[in-house]
Amino acid sequence: MTTSVYEKLTPVLTKRWLSPDAWRLDVYEQLDGYAAMRKALKAHPDDLIALIKDSGLRGRGGAGFPAGLKWGFIPQNDGKSHYLVVNADEGEPGTCKDLPLMTHDPHSLIEGCIIAAYAIRSKRAYIYIRGEAVHAARRLRHAVDEAYAKGYLGKNILGSKFDLDLVVHSGAGAYICGEETALLDSLEGFRGQPRLRPPFPATHGLYASPTVVNNVGTIASVPYIVLGGAAWWKTMGTEKSSGPMIYSLSGRIVQPGQYECSMGITLRELIELAGGMLPGHNLKFWTPGGSSTPLLTADHMDVPLDFESVAAAGSILGTTATQIFSDQDCPVYATYRWLEFYLHESCGKCTPCREGNYWLVRIYRRILTGEGTMEDLDTLLDTCDNILGRAFCGLGDGATSPVTSSIQYFKQDYLDYIEGRKAPMALSKGGH
Amino acid sequence: MTVFSKEIFDRARQIISRYPEGRERSALLPLLHLVQSVEGYISPKGIEFCADQLGLQKANVAAVASFYTMYKRRPTGDFLVSVCTNTMCNVLGGQAVYDAVSERLGVGHDETTTDGSITLEHAECLAACDYGPVMTVNYDFFDRVTPEAAIDLVEQLRKGDRPKPSRGARLCTLKEISLQLAGFSDDRPEAVADGVPGDPSLAGLRLAQKHGVSPAGFDINTPIPNREAAK
Repeated sequence: MTTSVYEKLTPVLTKRWLSPDAWRLDVYEQLDGYAAMRKALKAHPDDLIALIKDSGLRGRGGAGFPAGLKWGFIPQNDGKSHYLVVNADEGEPGTCKDLPLMTHDPHSLIEGCIIAAYAIRSKRAYIYIRGEAVHAARRLRHAVDEAYAKGYLGKNILGSKFDLDLVVHSGAGAYICGEETALLDSLEGFRGQPRLRPPFPATHGLYASPTVVNNVGTIASVPYIVLGGAAWWKTMGTEKSSGPMIYSLSGRIVQPGQYECSMGITLRELIELAGGMLPGHNLKFWTPGGSSTPLLTADHMDVPLDFESVAAAGSILGTTATQIFSDQDCPVYATYRWLEFYLHESCGKCTPCREGNYWLVRIYRRILTGEGTMEDLDTLLDTCDNILGRAFCGLGDGATSPVTSSIQYFKQDYLDYIEGRKAPMALSKGGH
Repeated sequence: MTVFSKEIFDRARQIISRYPEGRERSALLPLLHLVQSVEGYISPKGIEFCADQLGLQKANVAAVASFYTMYKRRPTGDFLVSVCTNTMCNVLGGQAVYDAVSERLGVGHDETTTDGSITLEHAECLAACDYGPVMTVNYDFFDRVTPEAAIDLVEQLRKGDRPKPSRGARLCTLKEISLQLAGFSDDRPEAVADGVPGDPSLAGLRLAQKHGVSPAGFDINTPIPNREAAK
């Protein structure tokens, strides 16, 4: 049994979810809560930055940037206000790990904020939470109130002379605000549109001041690293992708859900953990980390799901949102539906993304309704060429992922519509 | 005359005070949620209110309000019913759910029933794919919905009942939820406590528990290396 797939499970960030009242401060404290804060506030801030660097913690929001390095970019003794901004605008299709974390264990995020803010010398932190995430926000606001009442937020926290104000700021329904510079514009009270970089948020972020923007999972990892140490953290995962990762499984499997595992687990193992494919369903295509990551196929079931290996397989680890589709699902329709999403969510700032997604959707509608031509396939790829790398931010790039990968792996499915072997779809006006 | 009471002016001041001096514009999104909590949508008066509070032009406020999906431009029902039709929920049956609800209510996307009680919309990914297909009422979740369950749900809403969400808090109205979105805590303690994690959220944890697996070597007394003192 030593090689059992179950040993890949590493419940760390999720483990308190089994305690139904862990969202209350008193229960949280019975479960090691705020012990990391006490420990961290006695340490030198630079030692905390070094600790996070040593742990190899990489951002959990999709890009996988080393968190300690990001913290280290904040100029110190510059006389400016520094800001910590948590990106809790979860919305990448397939991704569903931050909402349960904030709902069931909100204090772990707050504790992570206190430690991170102390390390980068920030007196003000914001959690920008997706507007629709109302129950997570309800719990989070309650937890912030509790933390203030207990003196864990506010002035002179635990006599450390460190002050921190934390504001939970709800968004208003715009996927683009998950892009960190669009998030900052939104937080400043503007339309959420991405900014030109450089300068980067580390020097010109919120209010043109040095700012760290980290994902919920990144910040919620911090207390565990402070408690257990960098060496312990690295006992999980791979050399370059350390630690546990919450894999969010959805689709044609017996038990969809959250599986926190050592980074580098394979899809084959994840599906085994999830009880296998649903009866009558055979794996056809899947996203390793949300719809903006190129689709993979049944040939990629043994790719270790870490940053390097997924990149080597031609995709992106992204948010580890593994959406699993079977031979009963159509990759053309799936891609079309994602494209409608990107069209709706394109902020309109840059032409390649705004116009490109508009045309991609029209071509998909044409193909699916039986009006497509062979030339349409070329036009799709040509349009993608004019978006990828030419869009202002990652939203446009991401939109091309399902298009190019589905044409690469499932060209036959496109041809079946174009050449009339597959019945045209009746796309309704609403919802499509 | 203004439709906004003294209480709303007070709340606006509270919202603005959350942000640094000179950075008051950060209060715009919560202020828009606030005016929506009064009128149920963003009206010209609501735009004017926000502009006045922040010393902005109305056009600046309107430009922001029109960018975000959750700010409604027309009077909206007490209950906003959102059905996820993004790819995963869609193929799991979300499209059929949306179509069925739309037919039963006789309204399309972003339209409100004639009695003013329900506004329907198809939503993009609501970040609950492991519970798909999902729908929300005023953004609280109903999981694994079928067309039949969804029709039953909207019929209950039309009768004035408030069915209980799968994991979230007991329902409130869209105006009430808008006040929370403006950053004010839910004043119903029982609502904060509502909702236990569903099976998908606990799937990996239960397996780990069943097989007695947990990451080895976790010692909360591991010291933080003290490099600064060594310098």
